[in-house]
Amino acid sequence: MHTLPDVLDAVRAHARATYPEECCGFLLGRAEAGGHHVVAARRVENRRAENRERRYRITPQDYRAADADARARGLDIVGFYHSHPDHPARPSATDLAEASFPGYTYVIVSVEGGEPAALTAWSLAPDRSRFDAEPIDLLPATLPTP
Amino acid sequence: MSTNHQTHTLTDILIPTPLRAYTGGQAVVAVEGATVGQALDHLTARFPVLRKHLFGDDGNLRAFVNIYLNDEDIRYLQRDETPLGAEDRLSIVPSIAGGGADVRAFAC
Repeated sequence: MHTLPDVLDAVRAHARATYPEECCGFLLGRAEAGGHHVVAARRVENRRAENRERRYRITPQDYRAADADARARGLDIVGFYHSHPDHPARPSATDLAEASFPGYTYVIVSVEGGEPAALTAWSLAPDRSRFDAEPIDLLPATLPTP
Repeated sequence: MSTNHQTHTLTDILIPTPLRAYTGGQAVVAVEGATVGQALDHLTARFPVLRKHLFGDDGNLRAFVNIYLNDEDIRYLQRDETPLGAEDRLSIVPSIAGGGADVRAFAC
């Protein structure tokens, strides 16, 4: 995915705020031939009723609300993010078992003792057998001023 | 187009971003059918690759796939048999879930 430093910082800030529970949210942008361009992260409440330290859930109702807002801004939901409190920033067996459609970008940020650490991006293989690492291409934070 | 259906209701289905790769880039596809089940059959007949993404090997919708008729989940209506009206709109909406440490790691 291609994104901006501010977007990843927003993900990290959310992960810090919900620690020791997992945070989750949407990646908004555009699906393009060269990969997803992510221009914003949108927070959403972790709807798991319990075990939020190691589980997250985004409901279809929340998805629909985020999708409507994104489309009103000319954007699409191109992926999701969630945190792994005191756990590595790589997909777990649960992440694979409960994965959604291939074609989204899944960002994971680990949080170690309350502080955001590694941040990684992943794509679900078309046959749903595994997650593959997805490169994160950071675009310049701002355009050069004339 | 088939002329066998009792009605020729066309219903728009909103396609989530990653599945547009299989609908020629279309975010909204108009499908034929008098019920939700017929509409989904029509959709996957037009775009066959969608079937494996929406349905599991058992032929049922995958657990994370939700079909909304306007603002209602069809599970709380009449599921596949839910009738479609002229102004209705369907949406394919994923549930998203996962998490860090695996349960079995805690069970040790």
